[in-house]
Amino acid sequence: MSASDLMLLALVVPAVGACLIALCGKAPNLRETVTLATAVALFAVILNLVPTVAAGGRPELFLTEVLPGLELRFVLEPLGMMFACIASGLWILNSIYSIGYMRAKKEQKQTRFYVCFALAIFAAMGVALSGNMFTLFISYEVLTVTTYPLVTHSETPEARRSGRTYLGLLLGSSIGLQLVAIIATWYLTGTLDFRDGGVFAGKVEGPVIGLLLFLYMYGIGKAALMPLHRWLPAAMVAPTPVSALLHAVAVVKAGVFTVLKVIVYLFGTDFLSKSGYGDWLAYIAGASILLASLIAMTKDNLKARLAYSTISQLSYITLAAALFTPLGAVGGAMHIAMHAMGKITLFFCAGAIYVASGKTQISDMKGIGRIMPVTLIAFFIGSLSVIGLPPMGGSWSKYLIALGALDSDQIIFVAVLMISSLLNIAYLLPIVARGFFSPDSEGATTATIKEAPLFCVIPLSLTATGCVVLFFFAEPIYQFLLPIGGG
Amino acid sequence: MISPNLPALQIIVPLLAAPLCVIIRRDALVYWFTAIVAWVTFAVAALLLHEVNANGVIDYQLGGWAPPWGIEYRIDLVNAYVLLIVSAIGALTISYAKPSVDQEIGEERGYLFYTAYLLCLSGLLGVTITGDAFNIFVFLEISSLSSYTLISLGRDRRALTAAYRYLVFGTIGATFFLIGVGLLYQMTGTLNIADLGERVAVIGPNRTITVAFGFMAVGLAVKAALFPVHAWLPNAYAYAPSVATIFLAATATKVSIYILIRTYFTIFKPDFSFFVMSLGEILMVLAVLAMLVGSAIAIFQTDIKRMLAYSSVAQIGYMVLGVGMASVLGVAGGTLHLFNHALMKGALFMVMGCVMYRIGSVKLDNMQGLASRMPWTMAAFVAGGLSLIGVPLTVGFVSKWYLITAALDQELWWVVALIIASSLMAIIYVWRVVETVYLSPLPAGAPTERQEAPLAMLAPMWVMILANFYFGVDTRLSVGVALDAAKFLVGGGS
Repeated sequence: MSASDLMLLALVVPAVGACLIALCGKAPNLRETVTLATAVALFAVILNLVPTVAAGGRPELFLTEVLPGLELRFVLEPLGMMFACIASGLWILNSIYSIGYMRAKKEQKQTRFYVCFALAIFAAMGVALSGNMFTLFISYEVLTVTTYPLVTHSETPEARRSGRTYLGLLLGSSIGLQLVAIIATWYLTGTLDFRDGGVFAGKVEGPVIGLLLFLYMYGIGKAALMPLHRWLPAAMVAPTPVSALLHAVAVVKAGVFTVLKVIVYLFGTDFLSKSGYGDWLAYIAGASILLASLIAMTKDNLKARLAYSTISQLSYITLAAALFTPLGAVGGAMHIAMHAMGKITLFFCAGAIYVASGKTQISDMKGIGRIMPVTLIAFFIGSLSVIGLPPMGGSWSKYLIALGALDSDQIIFVAVLMISSLLNIAYLLPIVARGFFSPDSEGATTATIKEAPLFCVIPLSLTATGCVVLFFFAEPIYQFLLPIGGG
Repeated sequence: MISPNLPALQIIVPLLAAPLCVIIRRDALVYWFTAIVAWVTFAVAALLLHEVNANGVIDYQLGGWAPPWGIEYRIDLVNAYVLLIVSAIGALTISYAKPSVDQEIGEERGYLFYTAYLLCLSGLLGVTITGDAFNIFVFLEISSLSSYTLISLGRDRRALTAAYRYLVFGTIGATFFLIGVGLLYQMTGTLNIADLGERVAVIGPNRTITVAFGFMAVGLAVKAALFPVHAWLPNAYAYAPSVATIFLAATATKVSIYILIRTYFTIFKPDFSFFVMSLGEILMVLAVLAMLVGSAIAIFQTDIKRMLAYSSVAQIGYMVLGVGMASVLGVAGGTLHLFNHALMKGALFMVMGCVMYRIGSVKLDNMQGLASRMPWTMAAFVAGGLSLIGVPLTVGFVSKWYLITAALDQELWWVVALIIASSLMAIIYVWRVVETVYLSPLPAGAPTERQEAPLAMLAPMWVMILANFYFGVDTRLSVGVALDAAKFLVGGGS
């Protein structure tokens, strides 16, 4: 089977899976089996594509031409390959986790949940594989629309309000700003293809570059660059599996992935660093990192704290891209993978605690570690990875981004990264410390172990292990991603 | 034998069939008769478009009288395309109509509806096909009078005042148009459009011509419901029977826009219309106002048919905006939107027809939680709504893409910004409905079991919805024709 066929399969499998899941709505066991089978099949397809891309291949898939020159075209390159691997691989674990979580909570309308989940993964695959900005934009919008029913899953007034914020900010920014930028790009350069070195060189100069960059960066609302971050905490009203895979991995990473794509393949890092009209972006991202971390410290709701932590970590990637150096771009790309593994672990743990004990507020979680030791140890490992301490995967990407900042002589951003790490410690580790060492609300210091269902505990143990494994296998990922820096 | 007389058949078939409906009178029979006539009319339009594509402009002399004295039917790419849209909508709508008409109008009065429907169809086709300015007026009146009847057949008593209001506005519009035609006749001694175009250019812009232009521009603006002379439209659409709303919303204003384009570009020529009279600026300002005001009012409507009607006011703004830019890209965008908007509004009003059929109301409050009872209908609303917003892979995206590139081409940044703003407002008014039907609980005491609309209504509705996506991806037909038509018009073609 050729690589293009595999790419087509990567899109078809989740779409067909969604249809099958919808058909199996009456039989929950069959429905969940189909979900898992789809996830495994998709991951297998994606893995089969890796050797081609690693060998320098750039397989293409052309679907149709919507308007003259405006094509639905997919091209696979290392960045997209990595994103596809993360999203499809974690979907397997997340599906197992969903089964445990949704059944334990006896959630309503589970068929709709699984169908929309599969469709969201379909859209994420579209984002990962897209070969031009037009295809990327479409997949991006499909991702927004298909995750809306997941955010509003509970159908409570609060969920509806959050859904409005979610849709309003994401659709609003993408149509109001991103689409304008895309049309302007088309108008100015006559192409929307992703090319090494960008498409603007020689076609655009002066402040227009800055304006375009602004339209793109704020048009990509999923990257949650402040002040367009409000949708992410709002999305936390969704069931935890959604927060874990979509709002820590697929959706938000689709955002920063788009940021990287735009900066590396539409503008070109060289072009931006020479023009000087993009320097503001790094400062906005730096401010976003610190502000979001500070807000995270004030949140008592565990998921809200993790959401602000995500906003902060996403800006790491935007900052890395905004350094406009090859090393920065690679570091940013790597952070997509590293943060995904760490943050999904944290969300899995938050959901497991909620399932087992019904607790959502951090202040209520004193002594929780004695009841749920496995979960809290996993949380500890995930926290270390997000903070960026060895021996966790997260340390490498932070190291690379810091090197990138040094490389471009912007010491201030090294300082930002270090301060942020301290803030991360301040808002993550107390949860663990309190969980293990504080007496609980009745003053007891011992408790019987009562973990969440196995379907929840196994995935979170695996992702926690993944955080450690990534530390030792960072080199192959680094080598794999090097081409996007042009090195 | 048949092939050379296709242009006449296009009109004769529905026009003669209309009185036959009154004679047949029996409910089921009259319906099937109307349906067959509508589909035959569509087939004729498709053949005509094929013919024009293959052999160029068709001249058809009624009764063998040579123009400019006799009446000439003149079919070029522009109106062949409009004929196809109108007759396709006519055929699809009638396929959908039976359950809804039986329920809303009653079986014993059904034949009146079908008679008026066919008359309206032939009027609209006649306006489009003819190459004679006075003949346009005649057909305009046929379509208008029959649409007053269609609207007044509505169940709600307010339909009567809505029809009356439309009658007053429509008559003013048509009369203004006629005054303009009269003045032109006085100056040129001809009524044939192609002939008029040549002679007006020779005479040049004197006062009579200018006044004729003014009368015709205003009269057509009323018929097309261009802001601020749109006031007849919302109530007429809201209170008409569901099927009449579908048909009128998807065709009537489109045909008025078509004559508007003909008048500006073929009779008066772009030079006169857009440079001497600076019509472009006027149209663009009015169009943008229509987009913003129409969308803004739509957000606050509780009756969803009324909401869609105000959205139509906004969408007419898009079409006129394209015309006002007077560039190839702009006119192409405008004509594209004419086609595309027919698809999306036709589909959305079909959804409302299904809702009306099942729950007897289209008020937002009565539609709470409706998605669990009518899943297919409501899924269609979401799909049609996405097209209305202009999401990629739908037709709405294609026309907006052309309008925005046209605006960029002339460096009209404020227009780009306002097109986007109006699209964002569309998100709000579409999503209000989606949120209510999907996320609100069913009202207490309402039946909870599934009550989907009958297949006879669902199938044509989904054909329309899928067309929204098909023509959003495969744009060769629509964009190709629109671009050719625009080049032809902007070049002052006749």
